[in-house]
Amino acid sequence: MITAEQKPIQEIIGYIAPYGKILLVGCNECVTVCAAGGRKEVGLLASALHLNSLKQGKTIDIKEITLERQCDPEYVEELISYINDVDAVVSMACGCGVQTIAGRYNTPVFPAVNTKFMGASKSQGIWEERCQGCGDCMLGITGGICPVARCSKSLLNGPCGGTSAGQCEIGPDTDCAWRLIWERLVELGIQDRYEELNEAKDWRPAGGAGPRRIIREDLA
Amino acid sequence: MKTESRLEKVFAAGHIAVTSEVGPPRGCDVDIVEKKANMIKDHVDGINITDNQTAMVRMSSIAGAVIVKNMGLDPIIQMVARDRNRLAMQADIIGAYSLGINTMLCLSGDHPKFGDHPTAKAVYDVDSVNMIKMVTDMRDTGKFQGGADIKMPPKMFVGAAANPFADPFELRVARLAKKAKAGVDFIQTQCIFNMDKFETWMKGVCDRGLDKEVKILAGITPMKSVGMARYMKNKVPGMDVPDEVIKRLEGVSKEQQPEEGIKMAIEQMERMKEIPGVAGFHIMAIEWEERVAEIVEGAGLYPRPQV
Amino acid sequence: MENFEPEIVAFCCHYCAYTAADMAGSKRISYPSNVKIIRVPCTGKVDAIHLMKALEKGADGVYVAGCLEGDCHFKNGNLRAKARVARVQKFLEDLGWETERVEMLNMSAGMGEHFAKTAREFTEKIKTLGPNPVKEVKTASKAV
Repeated sequence: MITAEQKPIQEIIGYIAPYGKILLVGCNECVTVCAAGGRKEVGLLASALHLNSLKQGKTIDIKEITLERQCDPEYVEELISYINDVDAVVSMACGCGVQTIAGRYNTPVFPAVNTKFMGASKSQGIWEERCQGCGDCMLGITGGICPVARCSKSLLNGPCGGTSAGQCEIGPDTDCAWRLIWERLVELGIQDRYEELNEAKDWRPAGGAGPRRIIREDLA
Repeated sequence: MKTESRLEKVFAAGHIAVTSEVGPPRGCDVDIVEKKANMIKDHVDGINITDNQTAMVRMSSIAGAVIVKNMGLDPIIQMVARDRNRLAMQADIIGAYSLGINTMLCLSGDHPKFGDHPTAKAVYDVDSVNMIKMVTDMRDTGKFQGGADIKMPPKMFVGAAANPFADPFELRVARLAKKAKAGVDFIQTQCIFNMDKFETWMKGVCDRGLDKEVKILAGITPMKSVGMARYMKNKVPGMDVPDEVIKRLEGVSKEQQPEEGIKMAIEQMERMKEIPGVAGFHIMAIEWEERVAEIVEGAGLYPRPQV
Repeated sequence: MENFEPEIVAFCCHYCAYTAADMAGSKRISYPSNVKIIRVPCTGKVDAIHLMKALEKGADGVYVAGCLEGDCHFKNGNLRAKARVARVQKFLEDLGWETERVEMLNMSAGMGEHFAKTAREFTEKIKTLGPNPVKEVKTASKAV
């Protein structure tokens, strides 16, 4: 999923300072799962913003709504019945959701979360990056462990010389991805695969030349 | 001969090679480079010029190498994958060769997190293995990594690093094999303190015949003090300093520790000369260049051959 | 300010603090009437939003009273509550509020005396802090 974390509250307060009526929009997808921008977090943020205004002797009008999927124009359309009654929108979805709203309505939209990475849940309350969307998945030859996302240097032919006790040089709480790959290849009995050279990566599918796009003729 | 590199000639003539290194200054002081190079010039066959080592900005390796070259010496540029994409790498390789530099070392580079610009974006467009392949292909096939022909390709003698100690140990020979497959000509190892482990690694290297494909220079770092030994053991990633090294330094007075450190380095080199597959030494005397000469002499490797 | 009688909301676990309060009552140990108890099946049931809403609606102080650590009837509900209280405290800190308005307490069912004591102490603390700033606005807007 796409993971996110709420922005510092003062940053959000700064964005909405000029406005009196706010539409606070959550999303039922990834940000709900990573507890950053679902219905619950919308409620908490609204409450925090109320507390802030009240302390300053003011009131603020906040309409809370959580959409099924904020990155989908179909669901964003649901905001049509509220949008004209508000001065600004605060989105708790990832950057895709924020932009879908911004692309649809002529009302200022502000992000309430920082979108972080594509990750998986390691355990309750802990998410870790697993994919960088390089567009040319090599998990099939690395035993199901991604060196692009999980090696701190994205080495295609690791490990480097900085590993200590099987951990990455950047810190003991980060596994050396190439140690994991090696152990996995051994486990699968295909460690000979390690010595095949992974050639310099074609980074084009990884982006950097305008927004990447998928077109499915059968669906479009 | 693939190149004009003095190091290649030394190997070809069957000598034990000796290299050492000069860390360029964090500023424009040319004198520092010249002074450090002068301390070691008669005792080595090549001088590594480090490239933003430990991710701290310094005078560029190529600029430092040109200064050393102009002194009539033989610089070895280092190039880290951290700071350049493949365009910049190839441009710099061509540029360096055009300025008379014919030997280089391909490295991953320490993560920016450790340096003085921790907010920098690391590049890592190609890794050290693919950098080796790129620069040997430039030399041997006259082609850029992108496939186009090079008019007057650079002829670099290409080295890389190896860490015989980093985990997992059983992968260390395999990783060297990968570098050999990519075309590397020589290897300078990480500082060696754990001799037993190094011997095990060398045996693995020789069993696969990799010593025939690649010249291996054993990394030597003299310990200045027991404090330095402890620091390297505990703080430097990928370093293996056995307790007996620390104990031996502890066994002598503080004033005697530097002498003991030099003595240990020399003994190490004497022992390594007997290890099959060791083709030379790379002496990394960290901010201690003035003692390199006596280490080389002590190990019976002076004078250096004229090739 | 001298006459300030704070309104305090106490989320009390059925298995410990609520029973302790009951015991305090039956033993005639007095505790301030400022404390309004809300019984919950486990403090793990108390969410951050409940604490926030209490403050938003004008409570001067809010606390969660759960079982002693390691003694939760549902294994770790009290630890979850502790983490949520900490989270709300962080919210308050970021907003420039006194974090002391929200607190986590632990006690067992037999600690009637302790329940009364902590209720008194918390009430005194809130008296020193003064009223929830929200109240003024609420009163003012009602007057309009």
